[in-house]
Amino acid sequence: MPLDAAARACGAEEVVAALQAEAVLRGITLDVVRNGSRGMVWLEPLVEVETEKGRAGFGPMTAADVGQVFDGGPLALGLVEDLPWMKAQTRLTFARCGVIDPLSLADYRAHGGFVGLERALGMGVEARLADVIASGLRGRGGAGFPTGIKWRTVAAAVADRKYIVCNADEGDSGTFADRMIMEGDPFSVIEGMAIAGITVRATKGFVYIRSEYPDAIAMMTAAVDVAREAGVLGASVAGSGPAFDIEVRVGAGAYVCGEETSLLNSLEGKRGVVRAKPPLPALEGFLGKPTVVNNVISLATIPVIFERGAQAYADFGMGRSRGTIPLQIAGNVARGGLFETAFGMSLGDIVLGLAGGTASGRPVKAVQVGGPLGAYFPPALFDTPFCYEEYAGAGGLVGHAGIVVFDDSADMLAQARFAFEFCAIESCGKCTPCRIGAVRGVETIDRIARGEAAAVPLLTDLCDTMKAGSLCALGGFTPYPVMSALRHFPDDFAKAREAAE
Amino acid sequence: MSGEALDRARIGEIVAAHQGMEGELLPVLHAVQAAFGHVPQAAVPVLAEGLGLTRAEVHGVVSFYHDFREAPAGRHVLRLCRAEACQAMGGDRLALAAQEWLGLDWHQTSADGAVTLEPVFCLGLCACAPAAQVNGRLVGRLDDEKLAALLGGVRS
Repeated sequence: MPLDAAARACGAEEVVAALQAEAVLRGITLDVVRNGSRGMVWLEPLVEVETEKGRAGFGPMTAADVGQVFDGGPLALGLVEDLPWMKAQTRLTFARCGVIDPLSLADYRAHGGFVGLERALGMGVEARLADVIASGLRGRGGAGFPTGIKWRTVAAAVADRKYIVCNADEGDSGTFADRMIMEGDPFSVIEGMAIAGITVRATKGFVYIRSEYPDAIAMMTAAVDVAREAGVLGASVAGSGPAFDIEVRVGAGAYVCGEETSLLNSLEGKRGVVRAKPPLPALEGFLGKPTVVNNVISLATIPVIFERGAQAYADFGMGRSRGTIPLQIAGNVARGGLFETAFGMSLGDIVLGLAGGTASGRPVKAVQVGGPLGAYFPPALFDTPFCYEEYAGAGGLVGHAGIVVFDDSADMLAQARFAFEFCAIESCGKCTPCRIGAVRGVETIDRIARGEAAAVPLLTDLCDTMKAGSLCALGGFTPYPVMSALRHFPDDFAKAREAAE
Repeated sequence: MSGEALDRARIGEIVAAHQGMEGELLPVLHAVQAAFGHVPQAAVPVLAEGLGLTRAEVHGVVSFYHDFREAPAGRHVLRLCRAEACQAMGGDRLALAAQEWLGLDWHQTSADGAVTLEPVFCLGLCACAPAAQVNGRLVGRLDDEKLAALLGGVRS
């Protein structure tokens, strides 16, 4: 039974209680193991029963239907591993998620856990850095900066203290990969952080988790305690390495803290305002010391690279986008969830094939990729392959790989307005283009909505200013959803105008 | 012992419990809010003194983050996700219905202190949208029926 927050939000606890009651009625002894989610959220709560042939799935389960788990019925799905969604994936980072008990070190080891760390401990620093660089891994948080290059900078910096910061401030709507891995396989994040620590010679790591993720906070905190008690963390990593320990910190509801310099300020106990770069956090990060700031998925993928080899990881993907990416398919879709696959899948195959189109059954109108700062793609761009460069070329971004689908009832002028509204609420206030621009943006869109055609060039100009003049991605990328909505869905911006005329 | 003295003592304990932590202000503020239900204005100078910060610094941090409350919340807190994935599944319509039913705008608490209505920007439940959170409990696939049940539950 999954204990993932999405499964729980869909009634997993009620299903567990009903299953236990039903087992008592039938005189059956039930051994309930709580695991993470397989990522098939439309099937949650997904009950899995261990059989000789494998794990048989039942879902989406309800408390009223638990009898089917014992007797069979329309909710029986067959073997979970054989479901098309599972078979079509390349699950590297998420291999254990939904399979193991997240807090069982024995389970973790039995499924390949700590193989990467042990191999890394037997290598020199240079060899480790070379492996991370050769894997082609790029920051999965959204910026796509090569992880190995970042590590090399921190490793080369001379300081009395260095830090590893895991950015778990996953605030983008449509994304939940960080949450899922922290709830379903937290040791993979710890293992990745430990490898980062011994490689750049950092002794302390922080996991900064947003407060909106109470389940992930509890799981990560418990996992760090288990790892410390088992000697994985502490005075000597896994008993043979240098010292490295981890502390879990909780955010306080500020979207901008997902930006790395703002996150560092927040960790230091300050307002989460953005810092100007340079200096890079790699050289002057937490408390002014050299700091690796990596996304949860980047860090959870590190053990995979050391376990399977850099080349084996780099063999997946296309162009300069190497390896796999956990697609998070959400919003108005028939089948929403997490699907890990090599880079390169077309957006159309993802939205219409994998996700089965909209939940409402109406035509797809727009797909926002990369969170609230990502562009809206029309179906005309569905052949775009899912890669960093190709998305940039199409006027968008991969971001954290969240994909939010809208049907034809969506009003793209309203969506563009929301992008500015969100930016205005969440702006840290440090730079003018973001702080003032977001407010003026809402006003300008309201003018367009009232039928003022002259406001359209003003909107374009404002977006150019925000893009070029903002300190970070919040102000700099808010123009992506706005301009893509204007460019691809001009009718939604003209409707009001026509009415006025 | 007067109420104020008690408060100071508790804040002192919280500060002491976090001593030695690097950049301890956010964990301290979370602990203060957990203890008092909000971050009382009177706590700001006490925290500043205890942590070696200025009052302006502490106030600046308290006011920056959406989580820290200036006043206690209602007995129930209903948070509705306002972000894009939930919008795509009709979240806006449900949010409006909740506002009308409760007679509250965002961040407002009902006059009887029963419920506070808050917007939240993403609970990570985007594949089972729309999402809500009631007194910490997560709810996915929100619809009219589930919302009505939630609203009924927070009125007392």
